[in-house]
Amino acid sequence: MDNPYRPYPVRIDDIEVATVDKSLKTFKFVFLNKDDEEKFSHRAGQFAELSIPGKGEIPIGIASSPTEKGYVKFTVFKTGVVTSYLHNMKVGDIMGIRGPLGNSYPWDKLEGKNIVIIGGGFAFTTLRASIIYMLDPVNRSKFGNIDVVYGARSPGMLLYRDELFEWERRDDINMHITVDGTDDPDWGYNVGFVPTIVEQKAPRATPDTYAIVCGPPIMIKFTQPALEKLGYGDEQIIMSLENRMKCGIGMCGRCNIGKELVCKDGPVFTLRELNLTPREY
Amino acid sequence: MKVIQIDKKDWDRGIDQSRKAYHIFGPVTDDNQSVFKLLADDQYPDMERPDTIMSPKSVLFPQSEKILGASLDPAVENHHIMERPETDYSPRAVIGIRPYDAKALTLVNLNFDTPEYQDPYWCDAYAATTFVGLAVNHPSHADFSLAMGSGPFAEEGLDALLVDTGDFYLAKILTPKGEAYFAQAGFDKIADTDKSLEKIEELKAAAEASMGPVKVFTDKLAEKTILDLHSAPFWDDLAFTCINCGTCTFVCPTCWCFDIQDEAKGKSAARFRNWDTCMSPLFTMHGSGHNPRGEKTQRVRQRFMHKLKYFVDKYEQGTMCVGCGRCVEKCPVNIDIRLICNKMNSYQPQK
Repeated sequence: MDNPYRPYPVRIDDIEVATVDKSLKTFKFVFLNKDDEEKFSHRAGQFAELSIPGKGEIPIGIASSPTEKGYVKFTVFKTGVVTSYLHNMKVGDIMGIRGPLGNSYPWDKLEGKNIVIIGGGFAFTTLRASIIYMLDPVNRSKFGNIDVVYGARSPGMLLYRDELFEWERRDDINMHITVDGTDDPDWGYNVGFVPTIVEQKAPRATPDTYAIVCGPPIMIKFTQPALEKLGYGDEQIIMSLENRMKCGIGMCGRCNIGKELVCKDGPVFTLRELNLTPREY
Repeated sequence: MKVIQIDKKDWDRGIDQSRKAYHIFGPVTDDNQSVFKLLADDQYPDMERPDTIMSPKSVLFPQSEKILGASLDPAVENHHIMERPETDYSPRAVIGIRPYDAKALTLVNLNFDTPEYQDPYWCDAYAATTFVGLAVNHPSHADFSLAMGSGPFAEEGLDALLVDTGDFYLAKILTPKGEAYFAQAGFDKIADTDKSLEKIEELKAAAEASMGPVKVFTDKLAEKTILDLHSAPFWDDLAFTCINCGTCTFVCPTCWCFDIQDEAKGKSAARFRNWDTCMSPLFTMHGSGHNPRGEKTQRVRQRFMHKLKYFVDKYEQGTMCVGCGRCVEKCPVNIDIRLICNKMNSYQPQK
């Protein structure tokens, strides 16, 4: 019997500071055993437990795409015991990863569709994985138009800036980068909250358009009416949730929203599914 | 159906004989705390007082259990790589478990042994264990197991059922595991099947009759919607006296929620799982401080909705309550799941 609590051993291969305030860092891990890398094969939208022996575990969205082979990437906000410890670890240190966990964005259903990605703050990790996945030459033709609305408090708080600006220059993806505010006179992109930019820049709904939303609760709250104004039905709005988790495999009992467990039945739900739950998240 | 007759004079000798092949767990009254424990070689299950404060779930699911360990010493091979510790899963027998508690373990098993994931600590322990139940001849005033799909003589989840008839036990052998245990214990006096089953039925009827008519109803829970019950107006009233102590969750034989915590001591690290409780605000608190069940009412509602609605919908195997009555007896503020169950079952949402 495979032990779902036993993490795969990994080595920290690279650490990158992700935002100017240094509160987020991107960690690149390589598996110590090649077999484990194969067992870990994931879909964009899944998460994993980063496991530091003697400290604990944290559930974090997988920021690398399944098309990026040989490593996995996670962008981690420094907030508690485990993340603070992780932020002080060094390249070469050994730790563990448990996963992949949860469902993913519904890629079977999304094939052949126009995709609108809406993200805010540091909830852009699995969305980055999704964009890299869709832009992969093998996959790009499987999707229609791709629009991305991504916002952060300020330019320096945007994640994956190099990639964002590279995507800006491409013609097979429509980027709508925004910041809440900036004092940079040369800022050439949008200024405004994500829901506002969604209303102004996101495409109107067609039966073949799906929106994937991931962000802080306040952004989700105000993005929903913006999407409804654009004609999106609750089956076309796909959201990724987070809740406090421990086991990640549907057993420890804390992350439920009604009978659904965010860790195992989620973290991705359509708005229609969420409307049937007590929404305790 | 095989029934074995055991003279009580021979009981201890049989237990001793079974120790050669089984670790024996049974009810004991240590330090005023009636629990199921791994018995010492000179200790016997207290068959006169098997109604323990804590349920026997701890035999399979200890309150605290080390699940992984690793060395933190960089000089050691495989340092920082967590592995499962060696645990003894040779055969165990739980003697004197009550029928409702055995049923409770079958419900907990639904959580730990799933198509997608199998919890190895639970599954290995469950597979290693033989359950020898003891029928309840005199149900307590708080026992409502009959209403919850179990009962004083129920057999679900048991490998054998002992019935106390005074000078001797009648043991109904229910599974090959039960058969093996009784063979090892040397209890081999086959009773007259018809006569002993008749005796058992008679005691069962008397026990069930003593519980009076069923007063707890669950038949309409499945047809309500989660959202209707969740938004019912009675939760604030029901939760008003609750002090969130968590006693109900710890004594409950079906409460399986757990926490995972790491410890490091010197150069060694260990990961433990510990029973947790949905009554604690920390159970659901996010790293940001946001808490989806930060209010007491939300937590009380979660406990009852989980047992009496979410579980009902998810598994379609009844409620996640077996009617043992422990939470009813131990709640310091007299919150009574029987009343709440009836409230939920009879709730009509305002249109």
